[in-house]
Amino acid sequence: MKTDNDILELLERNNKLTPAQIGVMLNKEETYVSASIKDYEKHKVILGYKTLINWEKTNKDSVTALIEVKVTPQRGEGFDKIAERIYLYPEVTSCYLMSGGFDLTVVIEGKTLKEVALFVAEKLSTLESVQSTATHFILKKYKDEGTIFENRIVDDREAIIL
Amino acid sequence: MKLSDFLLDRVKAIPPSAIRKNFDIINEMKDVISLGIGEPDFATPWDIIESGVYSLEKGHTHYSPNPGFKELRYLISEYQKKRYGLKYDPDSEIIVTVGASEAIDVSLRSFVEVGDEVIIPEPSFVCYKPLITITGATPVTIDLKSENNFKLMAKDLLSAITDRTKVLILSFPNNPTGAVMTKEDLEPIVNVLKDKDILVISDEIYSELTYEGHHTSIASFKEMKDKTIVINGFSKSFAMTGWRVGYVCGNCEFIEAMKKIHQYSIMCAPTVAQYAAIEALKSNENNVTIMKTEYNRRRRVMVDGFNKIGLPCFEPLGAFYVFPSIKSTGLSSEDFSQRLLRETKVLVVQGNAFGNCGEGFIRVTYSNSMENIIEAMKRVKEFIEAL
Repeated sequence: MKTDNDILELLERNNKLTPAQIGVMLNKEETYVSASIKDYEKHKVILGYKTLINWEKTNKDSVTALIEVKVTPQRGEGFDKIAERIYLYPEVTSCYLMSGGFDLTVVIEGKTLKEVALFVAEKLSTLESVQSTATHFILKKYKDEGTIFENRIVDDREAIIL
Repeated sequence: MKLSDFLLDRVKAIPPSAIRKNFDIINEMKDVISLGIGEPDFATPWDIIESGVYSLEKGHTHYSPNPGFKELRYLISEYQKKRYGLKYDPDSEIIVTVGASEAIDVSLRSFVEVGDEVIIPEPSFVCYKPLITITGATPVTIDLKSENNFKLMAKDLLSAITDRTKVLILSFPNNPTGAVMTKEDLEPIVNVLKDKDILVISDEIYSELTYEGHHTSIASFKEMKDKTIVINGFSKSFAMTGWRVGYVCGNCEFIEAMKKIHQYSIMCAPTVAQYAAIEALKSNENNVTIMKTEYNRRRRVMVDGFNKIGLPCFEPLGAFYVFPSIKSTGLSSEDFSQRLLRETKVLVVQGNAFGNCGEGFIRVTYSNSMENIIEAMKRVKEFIEAL
């Protein structure tokens, strides 16, 4: 599908921008921007609009783990079927097919370490095609989705120079 | 004898920069959105910073050769050729300076003295006039007009030229108007100058921030190459203002002489900044493009915003400034900018800070985040509606 990636990139950074604002920024008609966005939504180019939250600043307890999974691909289905069996669990927030030393990267979010550990032990590693797992807990998020969580770079420009 | 009697009259005659007029007000205020600063809001791209830091860790803390590191001069030479079609010998026709500012100063001190006239098209960056005054030469201004999109017109140049004219300062893309001079715009200027003994100091510090088409240097006209001093630097294009590194290119006879002033007064540009500049030229085209794309979007938001508010604004195609007219408000530029600051906490600069013909205009910079620009435009709109 032919897409206007400038529109998509602006929305990816800030989905609060209105079609009128995007139109001005890109020197395009507002109606064109609106129609494009509708089209991208319809064709699932735009899958949704989310908000990036620093949960560490909230009172919500959560842990995130990144799990390397080695699997046996299924005859006729490759990795897709086993990946689906994994990513359909609501605890799985991301799932990627990888090149290299293991097959799938599975990102899991849970309330506690125990909850995540139990998920891996009871649900993930018991799947027939799963050969092995290696669980890495994320200790701190410095940067996610291109956003630095605790940005120490501030605008310290002198108000007036000359 | 009073202490002030020690000072040269020509130094005392330099008025304080009018941009600073709002300084006292802003010092008392918090949460001001400053659209008054002439420097990028972007931090220097990380790989450039990293190269500077690495050079310090390696102990490269000594002087460099007077005209700058050979590697940097070679990279500058390649860059000028690739980007603007200008050929300068890195060994004899380039000096790395402490920002473009030093390059301007050294150029003026090399070429003008008492009795000479230097033509400055205004509105213009604020440093030219004082630096000319210090040399003892006389600044002669040309009032650029908004109906010409603040471009220099050949007939205005012709009428400013006298027997005493020694130098023309060209500064495009322009601070404060954002105007550019295309190849077609420069042709008539070249026709005026080609047979005259007038040198051009071309301050091209905003050359990379040209939003439509490609920057053309007047030195790219063969008739003008030897009579032009090209000044450029890293501050604006690579967001490196604080590093203080720029350069000057010109005919080897000129550069040889200018090097004397540079070496005796400055010695060399900061070594750490030169290492960072080397990295900038080696591998940062992509970062420049990213920043330029973002500036362009902000530029459109601002131009659209001012025109919708009813403060007419020609479309500036360079630098990171817009220069809307505020004549319809009936306020002077100074009153407008002071009231805007006091009442809405948005800082802009009154147009007459850049020359008398800037009266009736304000300079607004879009080197600020899109969020701040959108918020500032909202405040300006409310301010105008309440007038």
